[in-house]
Amino acid sequence: MSRSGHNSSDYAQELNRKRANLRADDDDNDENNKNGNKVAFGAAGNFDTDVYGSARGNRSEMYLDSIGMAEEDDVDEDSAPSGPKKAINYAQPHKFIEEVAKASEDVDPFADTRSKTIAERQSKYHERAQRRQISPDRVDAFVDQTPDHRSRGYAEVMKDQMFQEEKGRVERELADRAKSGDLHISHLPREPEKKKGRWDETPQNAENLGAGSATPQGSAPRKRLGFSSISADAATPHVARWDETPAHSMGAADATPSVDKWSSTPAAQTPRRNRWDETPKENLGDGSMTPGWGMETPARGGPNDDIKIEDTPSASKRRSRWDLTPSATPAAGSATPLQAGGATPSFTPSHPSQTPIGAMTPGGATPIGTAAMGMKTPAAHQIPMTPEQMQIYRWEKEIDDRNRPLSDEELDALFPPGYKVLVPPMNYIPMRTPSRKLLATPTPMGGSGAGAGFFMPGTPERDGIGEKGVGGILDTQPKNAELPPLKPDDMQYFDKLLMDVDESTLTKEEKNEREIMEHLLKIKNGTPPMRKSGLRKITENARKYGAGPLFNQILPLLMSPSLEDQERHLMVKVIDRILYKLDDLVRPYVHKILVVIEPLLIDEDYYARVEGREIISNLAKAAGLATMISTMRPDIDNVDEYVRNTTARAFAVVASALGIPALLPFLKAVCKSKKSWQARHTGIKIVQQMAILMGCAVLPHLKALVEIVENGLDDEQQKVRTITALCLAALAEASSPYGIEAFDSVLKPLWKGIRMHRGKGLAAFLKAIGYLIPLMDAEYASYYTREVMLILIREFASPDEEMKKIVLKVVKQCCATDGVEPSYIRDEVLPSFFKAFWNQRMAMDRRNYRQLVDTTVEIAQKVGTVEMIARIVDDLKDENEQYRKMVMETIENIVALQGANEIDARLEEQLIDGLLYAFQEQTQEDSVMLDGFGTICGALGRRAKAYIPQICGTILWRLNNKSAKVRQQAADLIARIAPVMHICEEEKMMCHMGVILYEYLGEEYPEVLGSILGALKSICNVIGMTKMTPPIKDLLPRLTPILKNRHEKVQENCIDLVGAIADRGSEFVSAREWMRICFELLELLKAHKKSIRRAAINTFGFIAKAIGPHDVLATLLNNLKVQERQLRVCTTVAIAIVSETCAPFTVLPAIMNEYRVPEINVQNGVLKALSFMFEYIGEMAKDYIYAVVPLLIDALMERDQVHRQIAVDAVAHLSLGVYGFGCEDALIHLLNFVWPNMLENSPHLIQRWVFACEGMRVSLGPIKVLQYTLQALWHPARKVREPVWKVFNNLILGSADAIVAGYPRIENTETNEYLRYELDYQL
Amino acid sequence: MALPGERFHVLAQLEHLQSKYTGTGHADMNRHEWIVNQHRDTRASQMSHPGMTSFIAIVENESRARTRFNLLNRMIQPCGPPPDKNPLDDV
Repeated sequence: MSRSGHNSSDYAQELNRKRANLRADDDDNDENNKNGNKVAFGAAGNFDTDVYGSARGNRSEMYLDSIGMAEEDDVDEDSAPSGPKKAINYAQPHKFIEEVAKASEDVDPFADTRSKTIAERQSKYHERAQRRQISPDRVDAFVDQTPDHRSRGYAEVMKDQMFQEEKGRVERELADRAKSGDLHISHLPREPEKKKGRWDETPQNAENLGAGSATPQGSAPRKRLGFSSISADAATPHVARWDETPAHSMGAADATPSVDKWSSTPAAQTPRRNRWDETPKENLGDGSMTPGWGMETPARGGPNDDIKIEDTPSASKRRSRWDLTPSATPAAGSATPLQAGGATPSFTPSHPSQTPIGAMTPGGATPIGTAAMGMKTPAAHQIPMTPEQMQIYRWEKEIDDRNRPLSDEELDALFPPGYKVLVPPMNYIPMRTPSRKLLATPTPMGGSGAGAGFFMPGTPERDGIGEKGVGGILDTQPKNAELPPLKPDDMQYFDKLLMDVDESTLTKEEKNEREIMEHLLKIKNGTPPMRKSGLRKITENARKYGAGPLFNQILPLLMSPSLEDQERHLMVKVIDRILYKLDDLVRPYVHKILVVIEPLLIDEDYYARVEGREIISNLAKAAGLATMISTMRPDIDNVDEYVRNTTARAFAVVASALGIPALLPFLKAVCKSKKSWQARHTGIKIVQQMAILMGCAVLPHLKALVEIVENGLDDEQQKVRTITALCLAALAEASSPYGIEAFDSVLKPLWKGIRMHRGKGLAAFLKAIGYLIPLMDAEYASYYTREVMLILIREFASPDEEMKKIVLKVVKQCCATDGVEPSYIRDEVLPSFFKAFWNQRMAMDRRNYRQLVDTTVEIAQKVGTVEMIARIVDDLKDENEQYRKMVMETIENIVALQGANEIDARLEEQLIDGLLYAFQEQTQEDSVMLDGFGTICGALGRRAKAYIPQICGTILWRLNNKSAKVRQQAADLIARIAPVMHICEEEKMMCHMGVILYEYLGEEYPEVLGSILGALKSICNVIGMTKMTPPIKDLLPRLTPILKNRHEKVQENCIDLVGAIADRGSEFVSAREWMRICFELLELLKAHKKSIRRAAINTFGFIAKAIGPHDVLATLLNNLKVQERQLRVCTTVAIAIVSETCAPFTVLPAIMNEYRVPEINVQNGVLKALSFMFEYIGEMAKDYIYAVVPLLIDALMERDQVHRQIAVDAVAHLSLGVYGFGCEDALIHLLNFVWPNMLENSPHLIQRWVFACEGMRVSLGPIKVLQYTLQALWHPARKVREPVWKVFNNLILGSADAIVAGYPRIENTETNEYLRYELDYQL
Repeated sequence: MALPGERFHVLAQLEHLQSKYTGTGHADMNRHEWIVNQHRDTRASQMSHPGMTSFIAIVENESRARTRFNLLNRMIQPCGPPPDKNPLDDV
């Protein structure tokens, strides 16, 4: 076959033309087609209505096919210059372009399923962690050497701190003035401008120098509240831009001190810089296009130009396009994506609302802007992309590559000779909807945009597709092939590994750095074994590498915005391990580590918090108190609340690690700080966090701690007063119920406080009082309660949610104290309490709901059941379901605690009435109503008799309901009230119910069927097997097929019912039926749920008891031949249970006989059954030991290790059983066969062996076993010594006293007296 | 076979548990330490069994309290000073 290139291109053109014609007269509701254009690649195509029907096409509108467009926030408002927009003429209507823009955004179909990075799920507040600086090394004051000039000492840090503070003050003042309008900007053109820029850079640096990027994912605040943004408002726009570009200046690895940025040049400091650094590393995801602008001084034309540069599209997702291929292929010509070469994926046309290409460099006025663009344009190779971009790029390129048409050469290669190209028939219509095309030929990569390195194995590679890895842009496989591949976001940290270098040319530092990098990469991306070895090596060599190089690589990784939970966990683990090794070497890096670890303390994930605590406490132990204090001291009055908050928590952890007393003097000083209220605030917060963290461990120091914080109550700063009150609340909660003496000094100020303050301050004070009252004795508590109640009642009306919660809590605490009179509460509190809180609105919020229920129940304890229930019982008929639930739960809790004895007939009627109403009206699926109904009926007991007919009527009516949920609730309710019905002697009714339920066993909804079975079981249990209707002999055969049901709830309820019948009513059913059930039960042993398996096994026991063990046993022994391990294990347990219930002698012969079956699974099963049996029968084993010894000896001589293991286990259980029955001869014989197994490698076998020796220690006596061990304790081979020492240690732990007599007599040496002379004493 | 991580896990736990108590040993212990433990165990046992204490008191012709006291004292370096650290001692 041969076809010239010319021919083929003709052919393609022809097809294209046809396609275009066809589209032109295609249906009209297609926006794309109407415009005579093709569907852009990646845009939402249409489904063929012939194939998919029209429904699908219409429905597509219901799908949200893109995630929200970039937040059009402030930056974009005044952007998008109109000039250039006109300059470029696009044929496409606006809508189409928007659609393309949306669709071609990276809409990840798996976005919901993908595990989110930590940065993505964090709140704004948590994100502030990213803005902290990994500060430069600090001087280690304990090392006697000239400190590195780069390290900062305490003085420098404090100076810097003061500088920041001052700056903050100036900024605030500027802002104020700008607001009030008396800030005038004088346009001093160049000089001051430049200076400002320079000066401005420092703070920016300070915030952004951290690893990773400053503000991830565009969700970070665009405008930082800083000097710059304020001045921008005040009309100097240049400066604003400076801050907007977060110059992530030196990459992650080295944290240059912000102060002397210029002096300690990166070049000197970072020998590992390569060409990557020349193109400034930048998180493209953020607000700007111009990475690293902060580093050079751009020649600026004028203010206007700057504004335009800023106009580049701001939202991360849109921008990614632009960054990748500034030279996007305009839509015009090609319908299919540009295939050739595969290097530039074709991108969809630009979009007027985004800044078109032209607008990026308006008029070429800004050379820098263009230059910056220029760097991006050609070489995707050289510019590190953000992970997202990389992902999109790779994905698209992959699709392009795979879907490019086969070339002639390839076709030639594929086909045997003799084929030629046919002209398509005239009626051939090529498929024209790209989306259908994608569906028609599923590509392996389709849709799996997430997950780096995911390649379908075995996909034949076509030449020209280019390298693997990130779509041919970058090779992600490090040169060392043993390393795992990089993820796109790892590039900036691990790029060096991608280069092939000659190890011999590297300096020692570089070599170390490379090694650390390799280990970290293994830990981060590797398989578990890789991770393990990486972790081990990095730990072993920690001191060799030194703290600096290690932390300089680890900490930036931890600050990375694309970090995931697992990766963070691993990195934290690395830090934990190396901390142990480095010990005091970490001192200069304490602050860096804290910056990275502190955010973990406020993470929403519990385990992250625990990890954070562990690291910080280890750090404190390694670095020592003095270093910790001097390092964290400057952060205590940091202007940023986030820093102070995390620092306070870290300090609390330090206190728990090093002891509270060590920290007390420091805390005292901090809380008395005159200079800044922030310091006092933080100091008090530390105490609060200590109380929360350490609980009752604060008790010994309570007095001191209270004294430290007490002055805060009278502080002039509202915030300090509030935190003090909260701190006292935390201390009181932690020390409850002790320690009221310590709080004596604060009672008065708190007291005054609750009268003086309003709002938030008052809430905190009330909280403190609330927690203090339970500590007081009755008399005081009563007095204080009366006083505080006035204020509480006043605050009942407060609209503040927080206040409401606190008030409820305090009311609860007050009412719980002894000294409060019920009459007082009844008269003074209750009216306003119900008025303020018992409304539907409270039921809406979950926390309010809980608190209100708790408080009401607490009050009911005081004033009595009737008082409370009478007030709310009518609300059971409220129209709001949530509110009804709250009422029901409250009544249930009250009745459960106090019973229903006080309830009079009238109230009883109301209650049942309400119950029935609420029960029937429920729509939500939870157990509140059911529980309430059950509890209340149970409490009423015999008094419920009058209402049973009514209730049963309702139930029967609802059992017949169309809705499955209603039927299920009805059946559940039967299960709850069956005991009450029994008490009320309503047997006839129950029998009736039983029959009805029996008729409903054909139920098809498994949930309902499960409930029906549960109800039957409940009735069965209450009225007994003999009186049960339907009779058991009818019921059970009906249950047998249900056992086959695969639904867990059905299985569980059914097996319970069958088990109950087998236990108590087996005589009603024929043996054959029971055998049938036995076979069904074997299937149930496969169940995933343990309770089902356990119930099945127990049922075997009952059945065996009922019909004799022989048939059951035969079934079970047969089952030992199956393949599945779980089945076999369960079967062995069942055999053991059968032999326990039917006495071993009925079973043992059969199973010992079965041991002769030459099949390893069966033999293992028999042994295991023996092992379980001996475990269950205990001392009964004495009658069988001599019978089984030959079998066990045989098993212990088996070649198979597992076999011996089970045998050893059986011996262990046997030996424990026969303790004290004089079977020592048999046991010694067994021990002789067990003992040699100590040399095995399998830990399982060794574990069983240790267990068996332990059993022998008990039954043979420790001295016998000691004699065995003495032979090997000092054996020259460690392999022999090691296991024997384990046994010896068990002897020491178990019978230290007894083996005194058994120790060998050891002769004296010249220096040592080894004889124990007391043992030679004779009278 | 279990994963490398799991291997020896239970046994490692056992070892850790055992090592928390005095008197236990390990494969690298030297015989002096071991014998010292034996001596201490022996005296503790003798002190805590009243019959044994009486027996020794009679033999040594001391009061029971004195005997107890002596036994306690003998627990301090019961075998004399430990031998110099020499790996060959262990053998």
